[in-house]
Amino acid sequence: MRFGVIIFPGTWSDKDCHHVLDKALKQKVEYIWHKDTDLSGFDCVILPGGFSYGDYLRPGAIGRFSPVMTAVQEFAAAGKLVFGICNGFQILCESGLLPGALIQNNHLQYRCQWVHLRTENTSLPFSSRATKGQVLYIPISHYEGSYYADQATLEELEVNNRVVFRYCTPSGEITEAANPNGSLNNIAGIVNKAGNVLGMMPHPERACEEIVGGLDGNVIFESIIDEVTTREMGCVKPL
Amino acid sequence: MPIAKEILDEVALSEEEYEQIVQELGREPNLVEIGLFGSLWSEHCGYKHSTLLLKQLPHSSPNVLVNPGEENAGAVDIGDGLCIVMKMESHNHPSAIEPYEGAATGVGGIVRDIFTMGARPIALLNSLRFGPLSEPRNRYLFGGVVAGIGGYGNCLGIPDVAGEVYFSPAYSANPLVNAMCVGIADKRKLVSSKASGKGNLLMLVGADTGRDGLHGASGLASRTFDDERELRPTVQVGNPFMEKLLLEACLELAETDYIVGLQDLGAAGLTSSAIESASKSGSGVVIDVAKVPRREEGMTPYEVMLSESQERMLAIVKKGYEDKVKAIFDKWDLRSDIIGEVTDDGLARITEGKKVVAEVPIELLTTPPLYRPKSLKPPWLNALQKFDLSTIADVGKDASSVLLRLLASPNIASKEWIFRQYDHQVQINTTVPPGSDAAVLRIKGTKKAIALTTDGNGRYCYLDPYTGGTITVAEAARNLACAGAVPLAITDCLNFGNPEKTDVYYQLEQCIRGITQACKSLNIPVISGNVSLYNETRDEPVYPTPVVGMLGLIDDIDQHSTIGFKHEGDLVVMLGGNAKGTDGLGGSEYLESIHDIVAGALSINLDLEKRVQQCCLDAIRQGLILSAHDCSDGGLAVTLAESCIAGSIGIKGKWKIAGRIDTELFGEAQSRIVVSLKPARLGELQKLAAKHRIPLRELGSVGGKRFLIKGVIDLPLDDIVDAWRNGLEKAMG
Repeated sequence: MRFGVIIFPGTWSDKDCHHVLDKALKQKVEYIWHKDTDLSGFDCVILPGGFSYGDYLRPGAIGRFSPVMTAVQEFAAAGKLVFGICNGFQILCESGLLPGALIQNNHLQYRCQWVHLRTENTSLPFSSRATKGQVLYIPISHYEGSYYADQATLEELEVNNRVVFRYCTPSGEITEAANPNGSLNNIAGIVNKAGNVLGMMPHPERACEEIVGGLDGNVIFESIIDEVTTREMGCVKPL
Repeated sequence: MPIAKEILDEVALSEEEYEQIVQELGREPNLVEIGLFGSLWSEHCGYKHSTLLLKQLPHSSPNVLVNPGEENAGAVDIGDGLCIVMKMESHNHPSAIEPYEGAATGVGGIVRDIFTMGARPIALLNSLRFGPLSEPRNRYLFGGVVAGIGGYGNCLGIPDVAGEVYFSPAYSANPLVNAMCVGIADKRKLVSSKASGKGNLLMLVGADTGRDGLHGASGLASRTFDDERELRPTVQVGNPFMEKLLLEACLELAETDYIVGLQDLGAAGLTSSAIESASKSGSGVVIDVAKVPRREEGMTPYEVMLSESQERMLAIVKKGYEDKVKAIFDKWDLRSDIIGEVTDDGLARITEGKKVVAEVPIELLTTPPLYRPKSLKPPWLNALQKFDLSTIADVGKDASSVLLRLLASPNIASKEWIFRQYDHQVQINTTVPPGSDAAVLRIKGTKKAIALTTDGNGRYCYLDPYTGGTITVAEAARNLACAGAVPLAITDCLNFGNPEKTDVYYQLEQCIRGITQACKSLNIPVISGNVSLYNETRDEPVYPTPVVGMLGLIDDIDQHSTIGFKHEGDLVVMLGGNAKGTDGLGGSEYLESIHDIVAGALSINLDLEKRVQQCCLDAIRQGLILSAHDCSDGGLAVTLAESCIAGSIGIKGKWKIAGRIDTELFGEAQSRIVVSLKPARLGELQKLAAKHRIPLRELGSVGGKRFLIKGVIDLPLDDIVDAWRNGLEKAMG
């Protein structure tokens, strides 16, 4: 399988994602420049963290107009895997691939810290390696990471099991104190209707090596690898 | 025609200096030329009052690749074909006026110094000083500076991994904001800043040039100031997104052979950038200001040359390669313009179209007069040093409450409120995050790691500039030793008041002497740095505050150490000196926080210091010890508390306190490290300590959920954690 990591002007988790996929997980991975428009040959495209276009106007609001985003729309429509992390999540929301928005943290400060995430849906290409309710320990790093959506959208997300990760306590309880940014329903990550586009604010690529603090991020990347490998073997699971 | 005093004042040149210019030039300089001299002869660019003192600092070691002043930052070899490039710089005055943008552009400036050399920035550190947080204005300055550092650094994707902050009335009107950046490069690919080779082109890249920051170097950074409002327009506004594009484009350019040099535009803008680059190779330059893209209309040549608009770089492009270079900048959507070229006549020739508006020999511009003013130990200092500490009542039964007060004081309390606002993990190298003695970063593709710390104690240097300077270096090295790292190099930032005053010059002179002595004794070269003078307001100087940023190397990352206690039953042992009488109470945090006294004598034995550090390093490498923490602010009790907090485990201290309880618990006697280890390894550690001829003392054992020091302190660990964890946030309200 082949991963692609998109570089927007201002992206900075590109090298981290590349390092983890290449060195820790031994996968084929290539960078994709934001002006490129051809995504053929890739199985999963990652929109990494950073400050695309300086987060000017709104995070992701300019990045979504990059030429590559048209290709990402088509790529997603074809059922391929799209994974937005942090600023990537914000771009996916701005581009309409995911519903809702990421607004300023409720305490109005940037926050970089380790958080606990409860895995809510484990039947997705991004979470099949997790057990239901499994608590993952993964860092966040953002100023605008508070998930917001209107009531109807929220209900739709909940009813259809599209909330993948929620901020929780170490033992998996969903509490206000465990919510680092004021996200509605403690939402840290969601998928689109078809389940092939994931956006999450935490940075799993920062939790893939013991030397930098943890291994839980691998659960997500290894789930993706499982999914694509299964597809390559011809046993395409219905989304 | 005699020159108007107002004109000289505007560029901070004295009448004597002006006379010297006229004499050497053989004529009166015109206004543009006066602007050039004012900038390059400013304290900020010209180091007029510090150069003669800085010469004594040791600069060489087998690892040093680039010395201070040669390039934008110093560089040191770490093996595997790699080198570390680093520098620290102040942005004190801009931050006092506009804390967010002042601090943000300080980060921007120091980051440019690093990628200018072809090194990828991998870490930021900062050393901050403010007045007490009980004052609303200090809370505003502190909050703004932290947000500004985060706002800029987070956007660039450079982790902010370590630093320090102290609060004292001495910094109320004049906070200190020192930023340090560390980069990594292939040592064969370091980029020079020299503008050499006649006919090579000067290409200006990045932001357009505006009127912001005029006279930043000569006005803001080189004299004292009182009325802040009138100075606001001299503070620039940062655009970190533009900086990120410049960073990536310049690093891409550094991989090519299209350029001979790269130089950022910082203080004094195009003037210092182009002229200092040419000076380094003995060349000349011609610049056509009409070709400089402007942000506003009607700018004069004087304004274009002195603008400090941020996020601009000057590439010295090999003739014939301009299209290839431009293509790289185009890819990153950056504007680039050829604004001049390198000549061989040693002149700085500024034109506006065909009209020459300034023409001055570069050697004259870059050879400011050097001063060694009168130095005098002030009488008040003798009185402070002779203060009889034995007249102070010992803590007696209050030791528990004193410890809790110290742990909650903003100088000692957890700095998480700060570093959680900084991305300290991006680039996924951060092995030991902020909050330890030193940050540890792995070097990808090797077994190695680097350790980084900043240290400075203004109160010590105020009480005894020489010993304080010495301790600054010793403590930084001790912090690295606790992480398991061998010190490789120093970058420093010297923050002082007005050097034209005899007592301030005395402080500067003695601090540099002390730093020199410690560097020589511990064998650590100074590879880069910055001097910030005139840090005073309404005649009151800040504490003399030299800040040291130190780099250490760990050959095998598996052999790094951390400060937290590890397991129930481990022994706690002190390596190093035994404090007697009132040793270490002078200048201590305890004395100031609890007794409101800043006085007393300081001392350090550099020979003992060296042996203690070596013993700690050997013990870590031999796998003898499980934690190591330097004994500093707040003394032994605070050191033990921090090791307990980091390990989420208590301590049972059983040693007998013979003398004063406050000396023992809260005194800051130097050259001490608290370690923990398995009881079975004690014999080996004792042998090692004997080999290094250092005292070793058993203090007790790790375990339980209480903080217990027999006979003096007994507290639940939770109380200790609460006081320490929430102290800073509470002080911020």
